[in-house]
Amino acid sequence: MKVVEAKGLPYRELNREVRRLLTAGEERLLLRGINGQRYIGAGLTGAARLEIEGTAGNNLGAMMDGLTVYVDGNVQDGAGNTMSGGEIIVRGSAGDITGYAMRGGKIFIQGNAGWRVGIHMKSREQSPAVLVIGGKAGDFLGEYMAGGTIVVLGLNTPLHQEREAANPLAGNYLASGMHGGAIYIRGRIPAWQIGGQVRSALTTPDKNAELKAWIAQFATGLNLDCSAFQRETFTCLTPEGNRPYARLYDHSA
Amino acid sequence: MSERKEDYHQSYEGKIRIPSGCAVAGLINKAGKRVNGRTIGEMMAVMHERSNGLGAGYAAYGIYPEYGKAYAFHLILTDDQTRGEVERILVRNFKIIEQQEIPVRRTGRYKKAPLLWRYFCEPLRPDRESAIEDLLLTTTMRINRMAPRASVMSCGQNLGVFKGVGYPEEIAEFYRIDQYLGYSWLGHGRFPTNTPGWWGGAHPFSLGETAVVHNGELSSYGTNKSVLENFGYELSLRTDTEVMAYAIHYLRRQNLSWPLVAKVLAPPHWAELERMAGPERELVAALRRIYGGLMMNGPFSIIVAFHGGLMALNDRLKLRSLVAGASGADLYLASEEAAIRQVCPRVEEVWSLPAGEALICRAEEESACHVA
Repeated sequence: MKVVEAKGLPYRELNREVRRLLTAGEERLLLRGINGQRYIGAGLTGAARLEIEGTAGNNLGAMMDGLTVYVDGNVQDGAGNTMSGGEIIVRGSAGDITGYAMRGGKIFIQGNAGWRVGIHMKSREQSPAVLVIGGKAGDFLGEYMAGGTIVVLGLNTPLHQEREAANPLAGNYLASGMHGGAIYIRGRIPAWQIGGQVRSALTTPDKNAELKAWIAQFATGLNLDCSAFQRETFTCLTPEGNRPYARLYDHSA
Repeated sequence: MSERKEDYHQSYEGKIRIPSGCAVAGLINKAGKRVNGRTIGEMMAVMHERSNGLGAGYAAYGIYPEYGKAYAFHLILTDDQTRGEVERILVRNFKIIEQQEIPVRRTGRYKKAPLLWRYFCEPLRPDRESAIEDLLLTTTMRINRMAPRASVMSCGQNLGVFKGVGYPEEIAEFYRIDQYLGYSWLGHGRFPTNTPGWWGGAHPFSLGETAVVHNGELSSYGTNKSVLENFGYELSLRTDTEVMAYAIHYLRRQNLSWPLVAKVLAPPHWAELERMAGPERELVAALRRIYGGLMMNGPFSIIVAFHGGLMALNDRLKLRSLVAGASGADLYLASEEAAIRQVCPRVEEVWSLPAGEALICRAEEESACHVA
């Protein structure tokens, strides 16, 4: 494995070096001392593995189509922005707009994710988009979602028992304007937390093969034991139709 | 002098295009220990890409203990003649104890920088201490009326703002902020979107004991401005953030606590209000009725400094990033986590601020921070 000492290296130089090494045929790179450098792995293709030590900067893996990026640390805003394929696996937490408009590939976050995660998410048949969050997410999760799957597990968050209490794993305006794909969140979710035009149903990983498979992949990618979730209740959100705002300006009805 | 004037009136708007968004940073030592300005400078440098060289600045609290209770007026001036005019305004209500050019490095692009001057003043009528905030306000407004020829960077006790056109690293170097020790600091790197990048338009914006740095834009500027104009505030600095600084100043003069100031600037949505318990709902609804015109609409993350504390706040939809980090007595705030890790690699806890919920940090020994 080739090591790149990235401490204090400006992002342009760092990304040029990563490209150069990958073009030269390196299959595994370790980027050490990363702190805030942007666009790591952006626009890259291929089957190489990038390992990052530190806090990855904004737009990690943006427009990426291939690669496995493993981050031993946190990632800032916009990880996986418009990515088409490959994997981003994060040991820590992720910032706002994680998985923004992603259309394929996988993002696994062990910790929390920020606001507006997975908005405008889409999916391709050959590489379904999936975003699994081990912790919790902020408001507007899956807003305008058009395809793919989002799963929120809440690994260390106890859930409330009362029926109308807020589900702490997601914020408000959940799935607003959603018109494709599916969102799974552990526990029940009161209606006021959800944006509307969305169908809400209960399921468990044991009963839902898709959910079970994604949790298993998440657990493998991060080397975690998620077997305790198999019988837990999850809320599954799917769109009522593919044009949620078709009648927004139609006052004739 | 004519060269300086030329640079002064130059608007860099539209001449430089770099994709980015403002950077904010703040730090405070809760035990009141004073830290070198180098630290905030390093935090800003890591976020270099967020600025485009059209504005940067710093606010430092606790830097002038030797001047006791004197008010430190930091000014941006075109020339010595303007300084004379400003001085005539100052002496109406203040006795000037000491004055000097703010020490700067006039090299490179700063050969033509404006005249930067500071006055340490005491009120002529010290017996009327309660009126001092009004005095600072009217004096600042009178001077700012001369903008862009003259503008006040800050006018508080034991604090100072250093700002101008440039990248945060350049402004730190220009003002030699590593020569100052403060228990609390703010930093800003600007990416002007709707308003010109000029010296007086750089952040922080400060009035009295508060200073604010802001990332975002305030689409409610017009409404907020018309409300504040009723109370003697004049908006002369051609940047939206000015309205935020004055709104905070006004609300504090109304004796609102910091948590309530935050609730006015970023009030909960009506739907949230309906879910609140009775007394809390009453309070928030009352604030909205009374101070609705000071609600800040649009994306923002701000860090506000005051004597003995910091407040950080996101807009209620969280359209800008703001991260906090804590380590022992030190609290750090920044647009990006990397800025915190740069100066505190072993930071104990890092978290992202939720929408519309203020983080208020007070020094444990406020007396250590406050002017004795």
